[in-house]
Amino acid sequence: MMSYEIVGISVLWIFLYGYLIVASIDFGAGFFAFYARLTGNDHLINRLISRYLSPVWEITNVFFVFFFVGLIGFFPDAAHYYGSALLVPGSIAIILLAIRGSFYAFENYGSKKNIVFLFLYGATGLLIPASLSVALVLSEGGFITENNGIVTLDYLALFTSPLAWSIVGLALTSVLFISASFLAFYASRADDKPALELMRGYALFWSTPTIIAAFTSVLYLSQHNERHFQNMMDLWWLLGLSVVFFLIVLWLLFKGRAYGWAFIGLMLQFLCAFFAYGIGHYPYILDPYITIQGGATQEAMGIALVVVFVAGLLLLIPSLALVFRLFLFDADYVKGKK
Amino acid sequence: MMVDTVLWSRLVTGLTLSFHVIFATIGVAIPLMVSIAEFVGIRKKDNHYTLMAKRWTRGFVISVAVGVVTGTAIALQLALVWPNFMQMAGNVIALPLFMEVFAFFFEAIFLGIYLYTWDRFRNPYLHWLLTVPVVLGAAMSAFFITSVNGFMNQPAGFLYEAGQFTAVHPLQAMFNEATPSKVFHVLASAYMTGAALLAAVAAFSILRKGATDYAKKGLKLMMGVLLLFSFLTALAGDVSAKYLAEHQPEKLAAAEWHFKTEQGADLIFLGWLNAEREIMGALHIPNALSFLAFSDFNAEVTGLDEFPLDEQPPLLVHYLFDAMVGVGFTLLAVSAVFLLLRLRKKSGELNRWMLRVIVFGGPLAFLGVELGWFYAEIGRQPWMIRGYMRVEEAATTSPSIVALFFVFLTLYILLGTMCAVVLRRLFRDNPAEVELEKAAHAKQQALQDEQAKKAGDPVS
Repeated sequence: MMSYEIVGISVLWIFLYGYLIVASIDFGAGFFAFYARLTGNDHLINRLISRYLSPVWEITNVFFVFFFVGLIGFFPDAAHYYGSALLVPGSIAIILLAIRGSFYAFENYGSKKNIVFLFLYGATGLLIPASLSVALVLSEGGFITENNGIVTLDYLALFTSPLAWSIVGLALTSVLFISASFLAFYASRADDKPALELMRGYALFWSTPTIIAAFTSVLYLSQHNERHFQNMMDLWWLLGLSVVFFLIVLWLLFKGRAYGWAFIGLMLQFLCAFFAYGIGHYPYILDPYITIQGGATQEAMGIALVVVFVAGLLLLIPSLALVFRLFLFDADYVKGKK
Repeated sequence: MMVDTVLWSRLVTGLTLSFHVIFATIGVAIPLMVSIAEFVGIRKKDNHYTLMAKRWTRGFVISVAVGVVTGTAIALQLALVWPNFMQMAGNVIALPLFMEVFAFFFEAIFLGIYLYTWDRFRNPYLHWLLTVPVVLGAAMSAFFITSVNGFMNQPAGFLYEAGQFTAVHPLQAMFNEATPSKVFHVLASAYMTGAALLAAVAAFSILRKGATDYAKKGLKLMMGVLLLFSFLTALAGDVSAKYLAEHQPEKLAAAEWHFKTEQGADLIFLGWLNAEREIMGALHIPNALSFLAFSDFNAEVTGLDEFPLDEQPPLLVHYLFDAMVGVGFTLLAVSAVFLLLRLRKKSGELNRWMLRVIVFGGPLAFLGVELGWFYAEIGRQPWMIRGYMRVEEAATTSPSIVALFFVFLTLYILLGTMCAVVLRRLFRDNPAEVELEKAAHAKQQALQDEQAKKAGDPVS
């Protein structure tokens, strides 16, 4: 029988992974929409983007809220440390999310033609992942100090850390890689050849920086947090599997076939890497202040949360399946006939 | 100079919540109104109501976006601005917070489906059914989040040992004694406000462009709903007052300037306090406070004198309380008068003064919601968790909070302005009549195409 705190952190990690995928599609789409506009290709992909993203943007947002409400629920100490340290970066992320969230509502009514707004949409698509990845950097330890119960964030150490910049770089490149691969898949479902070629090109282009950023991050992690790095090396097979999936994705994209499988391969690639990273992080949530066992909420609450979580999934999975059926796997809808 | 981070933390949270509550109220109320309109439309086979549901939804989406982003803001700010509160109380209130996100998830999924499937089902009831999870999800989020607020007013479901909550009972914490009356009051007043808003829109359109069938139907439907929910709001207010008298007497005493515990307490309406804390120019209704609090004219009502000075809420809450109650009864009276005028059957309800009052009722209802929350929150001061954690123990210590206040203020001004501009553009350039005509035209065209097809002609 697994203890509730392990269940808790596993659940949260799966949700963070879910957010990573759906949000990357969303954030990357913002950048591509802007870039395509600059290069005069916007007519090719705008409709594709808005048809998939408009019905699901709110769901994407909930994934995020779900993750951190869950984190604080399972590990209240996280609120004290992360809450105090992240006041400024967290607030910046809120503002960026606000700009982006309002875009979806306002874009339907003419502002899409407004280049300033499109620029904001594209820019937030890159800035949000960058600002959110700061939380991951902090979790490695060495950036937060506590004196007399007052928690402060060492900005100088953060901004001069090669680890921080390589993780930000990894966040940006993988957002663009994931998004382009998904949109290529969506374009192939819509039988939209020009959009497909464009997105396939973007996906192939962004695959290389993604894998480079991944290796750089691991390299700097080995210098910054020896323990975490060693733990990850013990999971070498998981990392290897991730690289294998990456190569399969690359091959499929290069050959220009089976885009659905390519995207599934990409999801597996990130799943393996993400879990190798996460398991290696054990037992710390914030090195060295919060551990999974020490920071967990009381047992009664932990169990209640797990129960609610299971009940909630029973509600959500069929609902999400319905969304996918209506907007992702309904060929007529994808092609724009409905 | 030291920055008073507690004050600025309160200002940031107050600002975000005051802004969010406008959109949260819309978010809870409008789905119900849309659902009612769509249902009436299907039942009566009257496309006026269907169009009403469509147009309301379109406007609703704009406000949902702002509601979602400000809701995300407040959820994050709970941890960012009040880290010590979340560390301590997280053990007890995580459950309703978690469930609130589930309810929100559920609502978001079905709202997305509802919005993009208007013409995808052959059976119109199938599409209408999608409103049910949206309405339920919205009400459930209101329920869960209000229960968190209830906990902060009436903590329950734990033992308190050495500054920590132990032996936690999550469900007891959620169903604390404040929760039922609070949820009842929040839901009733939200639905009331939604109806008042939509009635105001319809009345405004009649004033500007004359009484079209579409606007008249909308007005009548919403005034009926308004009557029902303003009555329920008044009832919920009474339930809340009785709860306060029994469990949170300092809040009621501060609202009523009831300084000394006594039997047969007077209800004090309006008035002001002079420098010596004497009540001036107020209306004293003998024994009414005792009746309001315990349904007994001679019951004893606890006064502020039973609480140490540093645990008494600020006395300005009296003005907030009176204004909130005033708004509630005004809306009840307006909807009752409207109904009476209608019963006279001379279309008297459409006289210009009546319409102007109804237009005025929309913003008034929102003011009432804001005032009610101000009363509830300021009336809890100085406590964060009543009896356990004071506000100054909970706030962040970072001086950046001052700058963030102004950043968020700018953000909300921008969001509010854009929301207003987009809504205006959305409805002003596209009146209901034009849309009805277009729809009728499209239908005719489709019919002709079908006939042409049947006749074997190629469709041009």
